Amino acid sequence: MSSTQQAIGFGRPLADSRTWRPHWYGGIRGSERSWAIAFLVPYVAVFLGFVVYPVGYGIWLGSEPELYVQLFEDPRYLTTVLNTLLLVGVGVNLKMFLAFLLSGFFIQPGRWIKALLVLYMLPWALPALPAYLSLHWMLIGYGGFLNSALETLFGIDGPIWFNSYWLAIGANILAYIWKWMPFWTLVFLAGRMAIPEEIYEAAAVDGATGLRRFTFVTFPLLANLYLISTLLSTLWTVGDFTAAYFVSSGAPALQTEMLATFGFRVAFDNGYPRLGVASVMTALPLLIPLAILLMRRVQATEVQL
Amino acid sequence: MSVTTAGPRASSATTAAPRVSIRLHSKLHYRLQRYAVEAACMLLGFAIVIWSLTPIYNMWLIALSKHGDIFGGELWPSSPSLESFRVVIYEDFWYLAHFWHQFGNSFYVGLMVMFLTLLIGSLASFTVGRMRLRNGWMLTNAALMTYVIPASFLAIPFYRIMQIYGLGNHLASVILALTTFATPYAIFIFSQYGKSIPMELDESARIDGANPLQIYLRIYLPLMAPALVAVGTYALLLAWNEYLYNFLLLSTPESMTVAVALAQFLNSDESPWNFMMATAIIYALPPIILYYGFRRYMAAGLTMGGVKG
Repeated sequence: MSSTQQAIGFGRPLADSRTWRPHWYGGIRGSERSWAIAFLVPYVAVFLGFVVYPVGYGIWLGSEPELYVQLFEDPRYLTTVLNTLLLVGVGVNLKMFLAFLLSGFFIQPGRWIKALLVLYMLPWALPALPAYLSLHWMLIGYGGFLNSALETLFGIDGPIWFNSYWLAIGANILAYIWKWMPFWTLVFLAGRMAIPEEIYEAAAVDGATGLRRFTFVTFPLLANLYLISTLLSTLWTVGDFTAAYFVSSGAPALQTEMLATFGFRVAFDNGYPRLGVASVMTALPLLIPLAILLMRRVQATEVQL
Repeated sequence: MSVTTAGPRASSATTAAPRVSIRLHSKLHYRLQRYAVEAACMLLGFAIVIWSLTPIYNMWLIALSKHGDIFGGELWPSSPSLESFRVVIYEDFWYLAHFWHQFGNSFYVGLMVMFLTLLIGSLASFTVGRMRLRNGWMLTNAALMTYVIPASFLAIPFYRIMQIYGLGNHLASVILALTTFATPYAIFIFSQYGKSIPMELDESARIDGANPLQIYLRIYLPLMAPALVAVGTYALLLAWNEYLYNFLLLSTPESMTVAVALAQFLNSDESPWNFMMATAIIYALPPIILYYGFRRYMAAGLTMGGVKG
């Protein structure tokens, strides 16, 4: 742990400076100390006022056990949990897997592939709200763009997407993938670019080409990045609000809500903030282990690198 | 690192070598295979274009159509007109009566979030990373902890707390909330990037009599420029993407940002969707311009944050 602390806390290992500084050195003295305090005041103020206070307040709001009894008796809540798990389980993993594969496509040399990458990043550069509004209007009713296109190009009579639970939740998940896959593709692309060419050359001498090159060289080198990215993305996606709120808007009949939209609706539309907080708090048993796992991974690899 | 482990395993695959050489013998086969790969790439590229652009095309289609034509099953506007853009630009519809003011609000929020995130984040990581603060790692870990709390889960407490602070319906509430969520990322990236700046620079400046503020301004900030650009772009995009906090904390037309104004169209089933899409397109332009302008730096930031971790 102490090596981890050094890696995170100090710009360089302390050992360098200890050679000419008294061994009690480690804190800071005199005017340096007041400067350090002055520099830290803004962050500490923000942290106390806008992290510690709201989190504490939220825990206090959601601390009554009766709330959870009420929550678990609500069938709509159980559907919401299922939806969230579906988005995280299917959406995140499918997105990461596709992003990983596509990063292999985009790393190929060629001018048109570079141009394609610029185009491919558009969904990510687009703000979430306009993007999801457009996706909503693409799927809505009979006259949405997708159904019109199916009708005109293939003569298929498209379904009413938001009337069916599975189509609606599928639309949410696909919209989510559409928006965020480019970002993770870029992360994996950066990871692939960081692999030195010599490694591939050495592997090629040993006969690792094609698929073998991928399974024995590329994937082991990127496995850690893949894991960390998936964990991080999972943590962010559990709290995703915009996709469910704007793409399906809960249709049909509020069956496709996610935890964040459910908590929001309960708190502000039904005027029951305590229940809203409680519903969101039930994600903690999932979030905390993931966060610990993520932090361990990040710190462990930092020491290693 | 794991090359050494991959080496022997990969060398067991040398049995594949004769097969490869046979393939190389028949030139035609080889060429056909290459064409097949090329064609597959082209096909994939085509699929990517369709996948990425369809929703964006849909925005233009609706924005350029007349109100009555929107759900008429058209694949391209039969009588395209820029009328809806004119309406947005001249604030000619009652939802859009304060459009440019709200656009200014969005810019103000974005720029302030960017500025505060850079200021607070760089000061904190300078102190922790460069001033040999005892127990400074605790602060970095606290920041990492905040990084993993989904922002939307704190929306309800935040709503109450902003009223307690007396910031209800004030742009400052959104700015402070978003700064809170952007700062941990800033500290994470800055402390990673700061390791690449030699400590000797600070030491020699200190010997020359510079105080920490001078070191921060003259040495730390200039050398951190790439990371500052990456994080600044990130903070601006975060503010531009955000809807929930804008909606919760801002309620009057004068204090709203464009995101809230845009979602107002959904209050009615009979809204002019072409005006809404035109607004959405105009709203989407700044981040797209920003992203393509600072693309290189963004990639640098991602590499720092993503690959190192």
